[in-house]
Amino acid sequence: MSELAFFIDYSRCIGCQACVQACEECDTHRGRSLIHLETIERRDSVQTAPQVCMHCEDPICAQVCPADAIKQTAEGVVQSSLKPRCIGCSNCVLACPFGVPKYDGEADQMMKCDMCYDRTSTGRRPMCATVCPSGALAFTTIEEIMRTRQGRAVNDWRFGDQHVRTKVFVLVPTEVTHVNVAIIPLSSLRRSQPPADPYDVAALLEVH
Amino acid sequence: MARLPASIPDLVAQFGPHLNREPAGGWTTRGEPDRIVPTHCCFCGQQCGIQLKVKDEKIVGFEPWEEFPFNKGKLCPKGVKRYMQDEHPDRLLTPLIRDEARGFQPIDWDTALDRTAREIRRIQSAYGQDAFAVLTGASLTNEKAYLMGKFARVAVRTANIDYNGRLCMVSAAAASKKILGIDRSANPWSDIPKAKVILVAGANIAECAPITTDYLWQARENGAKLIVLDPRLTPIARTADLFIPVRPGGDIGVFYGMLHIMVQRGWINREFIAAHTTGWDAVEAIVERYTPEYAATVASVPASMIVRAAELWGPADSSFLLHARGIEHHSKGVENCMAAINLVVATGRIGREGCGYAMITGQGNGQGAREQGQKCDQLPGARDLENPAHREYIAGVWRVEESTIPHTGLSAVPLLEAIHDGRIKGLLLLCFNPAVSLPDGDFIREALTRLEFFTVIDFFMSETARYADLVLPGSLMEEDEGTTTNVEGRVIHHRQVVRPPAGARQDWQIICDLAKRLGVGDKFAYESTHDIFEELRIASKGGVADYAGITWERIDREMGVFWPCPELDHPGTPRLYEGWRFGHPDGKAHFQPADWRPAAEEPDADYPIVLTTGRVVSQYLSGTQTRRIGALVDQYPQPQCEIHPRLAGSLGIADGDVVRVESRRGAIAVRAQVVKTIRPDTVFVPYHWPLDRSANNCTIRAIDPISKIPEFKICAVRVSKAPAPSGDIAALEPAAGGIR
Repeated sequence: MSELAFFIDYSRCIGCQACVQACEECDTHRGRSLIHLETIERRDSVQTAPQVCMHCEDPICAQVCPADAIKQTAEGVVQSSLKPRCIGCSNCVLACPFGVPKYDGEADQMMKCDMCYDRTSTGRRPMCATVCPSGALAFTTIEEIMRTRQGRAVNDWRFGDQHVRTKVFVLVPTEVTHVNVAIIPLSSLRRSQPPADPYDVAALLEVH
Repeated sequence: MARLPASIPDLVAQFGPHLNREPAGGWTTRGEPDRIVPTHCCFCGQQCGIQLKVKDEKIVGFEPWEEFPFNKGKLCPKGVKRYMQDEHPDRLLTPLIRDEARGFQPIDWDTALDRTAREIRRIQSAYGQDAFAVLTGASLTNEKAYLMGKFARVAVRTANIDYNGRLCMVSAAAASKKILGIDRSANPWSDIPKAKVILVAGANIAECAPITTDYLWQARENGAKLIVLDPRLTPIARTADLFIPVRPGGDIGVFYGMLHIMVQRGWINREFIAAHTTGWDAVEAIVERYTPEYAATVASVPASMIVRAAELWGPADSSFLLHARGIEHHSKGVENCMAAINLVVATGRIGREGCGYAMITGQGNGQGAREQGQKCDQLPGARDLENPAHREYIAGVWRVEESTIPHTGLSAVPLLEAIHDGRIKGLLLLCFNPAVSLPDGDFIREALTRLEFFTVIDFFMSETARYADLVLPGSLMEEDEGTTTNVEGRVIHHRQVVRPPAGARQDWQIICDLAKRLGVGDKFAYESTHDIFEELRIASKGGVADYAGITWERIDREMGVFWPCPELDHPGTPRLYEGWRFGHPDGKAHFQPADWRPAAEEPDADYPIVLTTGRVVSQYLSGTQTRRIGALVDQYPQPQCEIHPRLAGSLGIADGDVVRVESRRGAIAVRAQVVKTIRPDTVFVPYHWPLDRSANNCTIRAIDPISKIPEFKICAVRVSKAPAPSGDIAALEPAAGGIR
């Protein structure tokens, strides 16, 4: 049995914000929610996406920190900035490819998801992944995920030339081995059809 | 009684809703809890297990309860923030009496109870026994629901008791009882992931029953196909295999269009129908007319969608149908549900693993509170108030003469109409906020002003309580002990976590004290709610909803027990109708024919748009509790009118504009939310807010002839761009009915 890990399945998310509300209840940052729930484009869709810290193996936020304020635990959990060191420069905020770290003006430091270190270090599951009613967030073993879910759990990311491996996995279709975030040239868009609007109810009603 | 005793802004300033944003003691001083108590969430019929943390006899937080099998620690935002209603600044801590000049004034408990008892008898001797009514709620425990039914019949001796479950489960209940013989979801939720096709009709599961989402998604991981019927593209519908954007009230078109195709293609189970059902011929005769083309005109969707639905549902090996208020809140709500259940029974796919049917209860004890005898036509154990044998049995349990038990009274909406026209003069109300939750809000609030005497028991000053002569401070779920029955029919145990704050009392003690003053204290001599449960077990024994074999100890040991459970050594009944033995005396399922008919008020030239109403995930019912929790209010602060860009464009409305939504009965002013995820002939406004933001100002007081459920899901409105509202009400905080 492998160790417990964090999995995100964006397709399951229902936007209920149980994760956002529960994050605020976590003992290390009470009253402050550190998970992000993105509403993609409410006019067009009800799609939403939760974003916890992906906990990069070689965290970019830490690489770019001029004050060496961002540390990793032995288990690979990337922590919020160390308060005495953080200079609030927001390099990490700009550099993170997942948009996770935020500069908190009130606390005057960068704060981010620490995978509920107070809970996971004592055998409990992170708040968000425990309460998530849709299973979009899960904290379990890879075996359990492979047994109960379709698709594949990957933690390999390509941002252009940059490769990133993360502690957190995302569920993707089986044929996908890594997530490739690429720049799509505008010229290629002009040649293609106008994008379909799959969630426009008026359009659905016109199909025959 | 007459008008409000103070201005609304003054009442709001004094009693709220104010927003509680921090736990007792603040965020930083919580420390380790003194104890952690496993219990259940009080918001919605899923009744998720949750553990509440207690420090210094105050609830200061929660911890997921992963061992409870139904939700395994999962919660929605309401469950997460539920504990913020504890230690709330708006909490009522003394009885209050209305004073024309000075607003509500504190009085002592004895005076308040004496006065209530005296007024009950005064009104009854002046106007007749039934001129005093009792209204209750489906968020009460089984014990309190049982107590209220007995209190109305034995202590007040009025026929007129009904409950806010009348706005919730009654259509589903009636249809289920007529066809299958028992009013309960047929299957435990564990059957859902085992089904190969799932049909969800009129149920915004992601927002109204969020925990059920994981069951649906797990079914899909196992290869199930998902069909969703809804006028709005909900989060569940977004990735459904087939989303059918049916027009409000057009569902029968889809169900019978599917059945028509299934008959044609041989996808009905004729052997099962012959052996285990009655009434199929009448249904078959109706569905013969529902060609895909005709069905499409009823449903107002492309015929190809209906054909596709039949192709997914018809030949499947196993299937599960779920429905909720979307098909039930209609003046044909029972017929809609019957058509849906016909679709299940025609396949024979019921009563075995992965095959079945469920109605999704909405209120906290939506299931249990409708079994214990607080409906106007019902006695405990889901017994029939007009059945002589049932009356005789309950009279024995209650130690009264059968002839003294009143007969069927008025259901909730006609009861308010009887108040409006003066036939009912007095009211005792617990766990109900009709000023927000009943249709035709202006009419309902006018009715409340016409009562000669009105007592409300509540823990907060609800919008309805503002109209009361006396307000008695009651208790939260976590301040009392008892049971509820969840969406699956699983009876579960709510533990008392803390005591009510000084000045407030447990609801059941208030009722028992009133009974004593009404001269029947010997019949209400309970020492605890456990005593009430023990009597409820006896009262339900031999009834359809048989709790005789269920004890609080068994519930704790077995993580809930499913009724019927007639004996202590009976395992309970998670799945009904196994071996195709249905609940009717002949053991068969009884198909019910029902043809489509229009709503009470369809759109026309003057009011050309359909208004449909519903919930958002962060609010519960009329908002008395959830509009007082800051984090939930922040998530969705005020009602918005969802409107398709095509309709919005034709009306000159842009996202964020204030719009006036107006029906023949009333109007609201809210912000427009322009979204492509709704039919262009329909607008949606959630109903959790009061006053000029109450969607029920517009809804229609039309009810189903059988279930008496109001038609919340269809009324005709016009929508126009409006100037930003001004004045006292608009200036209130949105949680109180203002607008930003």
